[in-house]
Amino acid sequence: MTATVLAIVTSVITLIFIIDLLRRGVLKEKYAVLWLGVAGTALILAVFPGLLNWITSTIGVEVPANLLFFVTIVVLVLVSVQLSYELSRHEAQIRRLAEEVALQEEEIRRIRRALDPE
Amino acid sequence: MLDTPGTGALIAIPAWNESGSVGSVIAKVMTVVPDAAIVVINDGSTDNTEAVARAAGATTLSLPFNVGVGGAMRTAFLYARREGFTSLVQVDADAQHDPEEIPNLLGALDTADVVVGTRFHQDSTYRVRGPRRWAMSLLSWSLSKMAGKEISDTTSGFRAAGPRAIDLFADAYPAEYLGDTVGSLTIAIREGLSISEVPVTMHYRRIGRPSKSALWSTLYLGRASLALLVQLLKRNRHSLREPVS
Repeated sequence: MTATVLAIVTSVITLIFIIDLLRRGVLKEKYAVLWLGVAGTALILAVFPGLLNWITSTIGVEVPANLLFFVTIVVLVLVSVQLSYELSRHEAQIRRLAEEVALQEEEIRRIRRALDPE
Repeated sequence: MLDTPGTGALIAIPAWNESGSVGSVIAKVMTVVPDAAIVVINDGSTDNTEAVARAAGATTLSLPFNVGVGGAMRTAFLYARREGFTSLVQVDADAQHDPEEIPNLLGALDTADVVVGTRFHQDSTYRVRGPRRWAMSLLSWSLSKMAGKEISDTTSGFRAAGPRAIDLFADAYPAEYLGDTVGSLTIAIREGLSISEVPVTMHYRRIGRPSKSALWSTLYLGRASLALLVQLLKRNRHSLREPVS
């Protein structure tokens, strides 16, 4: 019983934490949706432990905990890959902006020189 | 120097904390190719590279932080395209490339889109050993196969690009480490540009640090192979095409 309480408390705290981040505008919606989904699923499974047992036996996995860990790991790996992707994209965009800054700065310098040749 | 949008050659010098040598490189370039415009791409230097370059008479493009040689060169290609230059020669700021050889590179552009200054030729004293040599042979073999002609030195940074190459590289010059030299060649070959080589001599500042370079060379081999593999796997060449205004 204590395990159930612990699971419920943890998922509720996680939910509140993410909603708070969202409310303060720290977390963008597209990331918040993902974590709300994860926390929500955790809460449902915590409130109805029978659900996990039912899914486990339906797909033929022997230990419910194993299914839980497996799914969790898959989700976390996918999230990391997605973050690496976003990071790469941002690096490329930032670099592109840096290049543009360098070019614009030179352009401004040249225009200034043309306006005030001293 | 050239305020009228150019015809002619642009000498691009990527520089990262090279205030000690960039001035003399610029001066030398000016005496060898007096008609060419010179642009120094200051790659986030923390010393006074930019001031030295401008005092020496070069145009400067200052990146707000260090982006690596690939990013610096793409900035140079963007500049060349916007200003209408028809050829671009990359010269390193650390004086390892001899500006005397710039006219040879430019001359070879008459018959090729990209000209690479190769360190491997009959009269060359340039030697590499161990993993670094294997890496360079592997890269040379693969790129020669792709190009259908021999490319002996794929990692040389002493190069020239003609108008078609400038247009391509302004959009697609790779920014990853080693991707810039190897990657730009694979991109050029894939786009059907012609590549030729001209023998050059390099002047190395530091010679031989064998104990340290063994590990470094092995890393180099790995990174070079990875750079090649990544380039071969790449499908979309124009990852961030410049919007047409």
